[in-house]
Amino acid sequence: MQKNGPVALIFHSLVLTFVLAPLVIICLVAFTPENTLSLPTTGLSLRWFKAVFAHPDFMASFWNSIWLATLSATLAVAFAVPAALAISRYTFPGRDFLNALFLSPLIIPHLVLGVAFLRMFALLGATGSFAWLVATHIIVVTPYMLRLVLAALSGLDRSAEQAARTLGAGEWTAFRRITAPMILPGITGGWLLAFINSFDELTMSIFVTSPATVTLPVRMYMYATESIDPMMAAVSALMIAITAAAMLVLDRVFGLDRILVGQR
Amino acid sequence: MIARSSTLSAPWLLAGPGALFFFGLVLLPLALTVILSFHAYDHSTGIQNTFTLSHYVTVVTDSYYLEIFWRTLRIAALTTLICAAIGVPEAYILSRMRDPWRSVFLLVIIGPLLVSVVVRTFGWSMLLGSQGLVNQALQLVGFAPARILYTETAIVIALVHVMLPFMVIPVWTALQKLDPMVEAAAWTLGASHFTALRRVVMPQVTLGMLSGSLIVFGLSASAFAVPALLGGRRLKMAATLVYDEYLHELNWPLGAAIAIIVLVANLCIMLAYNRMVEARARRTLG
Repeated sequence: MQKNGPVALIFHSLVLTFVLAPLVIICLVAFTPENTLSLPTTGLSLRWFKAVFAHPDFMASFWNSIWLATLSATLAVAFAVPAALAISRYTFPGRDFLNALFLSPLIIPHLVLGVAFLRMFALLGATGSFAWLVATHIIVVTPYMLRLVLAALSGLDRSAEQAARTLGAGEWTAFRRITAPMILPGITGGWLLAFINSFDELTMSIFVTSPATVTLPVRMYMYATESIDPMMAAVSALMIAITAAAMLVLDRVFGLDRILVGQR
Repeated sequence: MIARSSTLSAPWLLAGPGALFFFGLVLLPLALTVILSFHAYDHSTGIQNTFTLSHYVTVVTDSYYLEIFWRTLRIAALTTLICAAIGVPEAYILSRMRDPWRSVFLLVIIGPLLVSVVVRTFGWSMLLGSQGLVNQALQLVGFAPARILYTETAIVIALVHVMLPFMVIPVWTALQKLDPMVEAAAWTLGASHFTALRRVVMPQVTLGMLSGSLIVFGLSASAFAVPALLGGRRLKMAATLVYDEYLHELNWPLGAAIAIIVLVANLCIMLAYNRMVEARARRTLG
C-alpha cells in the first residue's frame, strides 16, 4: 500500500481541525468561570455545569429526552424485528412496498414529517401528549433498527435453526432460543443507534412537542435563540459526553464504522 | 394447501402491526398535509373549508418566496460542492492509511454524525462570532475582522461540517471495493500517479461521490437548525420558512404547500439516485 505524502497529511490535519474545532471549543468554553462565552483564561470552573443541574427546565427536558429515547428505541424493536423476519424470509406480494414503507422516514425530510404529524394531531385533538411524541419518534428510529436487523438476518447461517426445528422445536421456541440470540448484536446496535437518533432529534420534535414535553434539543434550540451564555456550552458539552459514551459502547458491541458506513 | 396459505399469511402477521402503524403515522399524515395545502386561508378566521391552488401559485410567483427557494438551492449546491472537494480526497487519504490510524480517523470524521446538530451549530456560532476564534485569528494575521455570523458563509461552513460524513461514507465504501494492487499495477505499467488516479481510482470513486452528493444536497436543502441558528431573522431557507409560516404566521396551508414542495423535490432527487444506481449495477453486471 502506498503511503500518504506530506501534502496529503497536511490536508488531513486541516480536515481534522475543521471537524473537531466546534466540538473542542464547546468543551473548553463550558469550563469558563466568566459570565460570557469566552475561553477559560483565569482558571477552570464547574459553575456552569452546576447551573445546568440546578436549572429545572433543562433537567426536566433531559429526563424527558432520556425516557423518550428509551421508550421509542425499545418499542421500535417490537416493530422492526418481526418486520425484518417477514422481509428477509418470505417472498410475498407487497414485500417491496412494505420495505419501502418502513424505510421511508429516512428519505422524507424531518421537517415534512413534523408538519404532517402536527396536522394529524391537531385534527385528532392530540397535540402535545407524550404518548404521541413517542409514536412519532418510533417512526423516525425504526428504519435504523430495521436496517441493522436485516443485515444481521442476511448474514445468518440458518442450519442451527433448521436443526432445532427438526428436533421438534416450535417456530417460536426456535426463534427465541436460536435466532434471537444470533441476531442480538444487530438488535443491540440498532437499539443504541435508535436511542441516539431519538435523543438528538430536533427538526421534527420542534413541531410536535408542547411546553410539558419539550425535549432537550428543542429546549437547547429555544434557549440558544433567546440568550447566549456559557450554560448552553455546558449543556452541549454534556451532550457530547453522552454521545461519546454511547459511541464507545456501540463500537464495542458492533463496530461503529460498520454501523455508520452501512447506514445509508 | 394449509402450508401454502400459512406462508402467505405469516409475513403479514409478522409485519402487519408495524405496517398499520406506519400507514397511520406516515402515509395518512402526509395525505392530510397535501389536502391541507389546498385549503383556503383567511388571516382573521383561519383555515377555510374551500379549496384553492392559491398557495402554490403564491409560492412560485411571489418574489419573497422565490428568493428563499433560490437561496436554499444555492446554499445546498455550494455545500455539496465543498463537501465533495473535501470529502473525496479525505476518504482517499483515509483508505491509504494503516490500522489502527485508519479506524481511529474514520471514527473521528464520521463520529460527529451522532452529535446533535444543535450542539455542532452552537459550536460554530461561537467560532464565527465577532469575538470568535476565527475573527481573532484573522486579526492576528493582520486582516480586518469580518462579519461572518448571520451570513450565507456561516450557514455554508456549518452545513459542510454537518454533511461531511454523508460524503465521506459512500466514497469510503466505494474505495473499499477497489483493490489497491490495481493502482500499483497501473504504476508498474508506466502510468504516472496522476494518470493512475484519474484512470483507475476516479471511476470507482465517482459513483460514491454522486450518491454522497445527492444525500448532502437533499439534507442541506431541508436543513433547519443551521439556518435557524446561524442565519438570523433575515436569512431564511425553505425549512425555516415553513417553521415561520406554521408557528409565527399561523398560515398552515401555505406552510403545508412549501413543505410538500420540499418533499416532492427530495423524492425526485432520491428517485434519480435509485435510477442511477440501478443503471450502474446493470452495466457492471453486463
